[in-house]
Amino acid sequence: MHIKYVFKTAVASLKYNKSRSILTILGIVIGVTAIILVVSLGKGAEGLILDQIQSYGSGIVEVAPGRKPEGLTDIMNISLDSLKERDLKALRNPNNVRGVDVVMPVVMRTMVISYEGDIFRPTVIGATPDFDKIFSIYPDRGMIFSESDVAGRRSVVVIGSEIEEEFFSRTEALGKKISIKGRPFRVIGVLKESGQMTFFNPDKMIVVPYTTAQKYLLGIDHFHAIEIKAESEKMVPMIAHDITLTLRELHGIDNPDKDDFYVSTQDEAMDMVGSITGILTALLVSMAAISLVVGGVGIMNIMLVSVTERTREIGLRKALGATKKNIQKQFLLESVILTGTGGIVGILVGLGLSVLIFIILGQVLSMGWKFAFSIPAALIGIGVSMLVGLVFGIYPAKKAAEKSPIEALRYE
Amino acid sequence: MSLIEVRNLKKVYTNEEVETRALDGASFDIKKGEFVALMGPSGSGKSTLLHILGFLDRQTSGEYKFNNKTFDDFTEEEIAKVRNEKMGFIFQSFNLLSRRNVYDNVILPLVYSSTPERDWDKLAKEAINSVDLSHRSGHTPAQLSGGEKQRVAIARALVNKPEVIFADEPTGNLDSNSGLEIMEILRELNDEKGHTIILITHETYTAEHAERILHILDGRIDSDGKVTERRGVKDFLK
Repeated sequence: MHIKYVFKTAVASLKYNKSRSILTILGIVIGVTAIILVVSLGKGAEGLILDQIQSYGSGIVEVAPGRKPEGLTDIMNISLDSLKERDLKALRNPNNVRGVDVVMPVVMRTMVISYEGDIFRPTVIGATPDFDKIFSIYPDRGMIFSESDVAGRRSVVVIGSEIEEEFFSRTEALGKKISIKGRPFRVIGVLKESGQMTFFNPDKMIVVPYTTAQKYLLGIDHFHAIEIKAESEKMVPMIAHDITLTLRELHGIDNPDKDDFYVSTQDEAMDMVGSITGILTALLVSMAAISLVVGGVGIMNIMLVSVTERTREIGLRKALGATKKNIQKQFLLESVILTGTGGIVGILVGLGLSVLIFIILGQVLSMGWKFAFSIPAALIGIGVSMLVGLVFGIYPAKKAAEKSPIEALRYE
Repeated sequence: MSLIEVRNLKKVYTNEEVETRALDGASFDIKKGEFVALMGPSGSGKSTLLHILGFLDRQTSGEYKFNNKTFDDFTEEEIAKVRNEKMGFIFQSFNLLSRRNVYDNVILPLVYSSTPERDWDKLAKEAINSVDLSHRSGHTPAQLSGGEKQRVAIARALVNKPEVIFADEPTGNLDSNSGLEIMEILRELNDEKGHTIILITHETYTAEHAERILHILDGRIDSDGKVTERRGVKDFLK
């Protein structure tokens, strides 16, 4: 029996029932489309987030108090006040940590601020004059506070563009005094508009000297984080290592399990984003795959109908010399062609939608969305849909093959 | 040696505990090259007999040898091969694939045969030509008359050059003119190409085209005799 002929026969019979065939494969089409789309969206979103992490500043190492939490409840057990002025001093010493460009402590909290009766709730960041290098945000007008402002705990503030709009839509912001926790701060700079970043929105924050924030706004003497910028990206692993050793020495820790701080690098953050989007994508793909199973049941149903409808044809073929295997092959191939076609159509539709999303998000809304199409996902899509055809086609094909030729020929 | 040997053949159907004896001890031989009509009223067991002779069904007891071999001498695949290469079937209701054209219908047995694909076209065209349907080759059954449909079925039965052709009431659905045409073709196949033909019919008129008539009654051979005056086109023209 020649596969070419079997193929021809299968295609002919599927064509004959064109609308039924199309409706039957719809489930498969939708399933594969969903898979392609989910993978493409996952990749696109991942790319977007990674770009932002990278633009947030390359070569940044962050030291946070406490240790890496080992679960949600563990967060409670972590002491969060382990990073203080002496740590800052130690990390700034080139004998301890080499290759460092900037070491900057950070404190932050969301607070109510007001100006002439208007109130707003931005994130208040306490930092050093180097925050532009760390956050990659720069003043549009005015300037950043100076080292002496930090040393003198002066009440000066650099505000985000949205806060300027909120408070100073009609007047000049520079030189005005806004009130934070009842304390007047003089506006000395306005930041450039930058738009939402993945983890924070610079337009909605204000920056003050960290010393001022610690003493007058928060009443603490520790930091929420210390940000370190390497002289070059290559030095990041070495710096992370040096930091760890320095802080352990300083805090008298011999057992790494008892660390009261943790050091994270941009690579880690990127890895984490990669694995989170990977997990999410896998989850969504497996949900989309369920629709393939549903589609498979539809295929099985239609193939059973087709077997009954073609009882006479089966009987005739058997009388003319077809073996059980021949008949089984014919029906199996039909269902595989059905689902395979569904898979291909699904990939094309998924590809089309991915392009459309790319055009809308990337071009029209210029979100920096990159077009992503996964060839492995496409191949898996086709492979799985053909497998569905095979699995759900076996039962109807066996049923067809088992028909006795006389019963079948008598069937009206 | 006979092509077909039947000894005391019985077939019993059991349906809801009621036994029906479709065949009840039939015995006869058919030699290679014979044109035999199996005649009998409906319900006499002639279709059952044809199914057993065509290896489409199995007897309950008794013996049937085709080319000196029984059903049990073959595997399932071999049975399919015997049906494919040694036997041709013609049915009352044509049983053509309605969506495929004449050519595709005729080629069907070749698809299941061991004939190399390069010979298919030639064999199919020969068979179509021998029933004078070359001009209809691309038509589907719906576009053909009853007589033409049965001629397609004959071409299909012929295409593998079988030893025996089983024709189950081949004229049953045809007007008398077309019926006669079909019988003429069968006669020619027998006379000129030496195909053994086993014809099932309930009409004496049709049966008399054969050279020998086996009458079946209640599942047994009632009579077995030569046809002294065979019918042919000449009778019709008279």
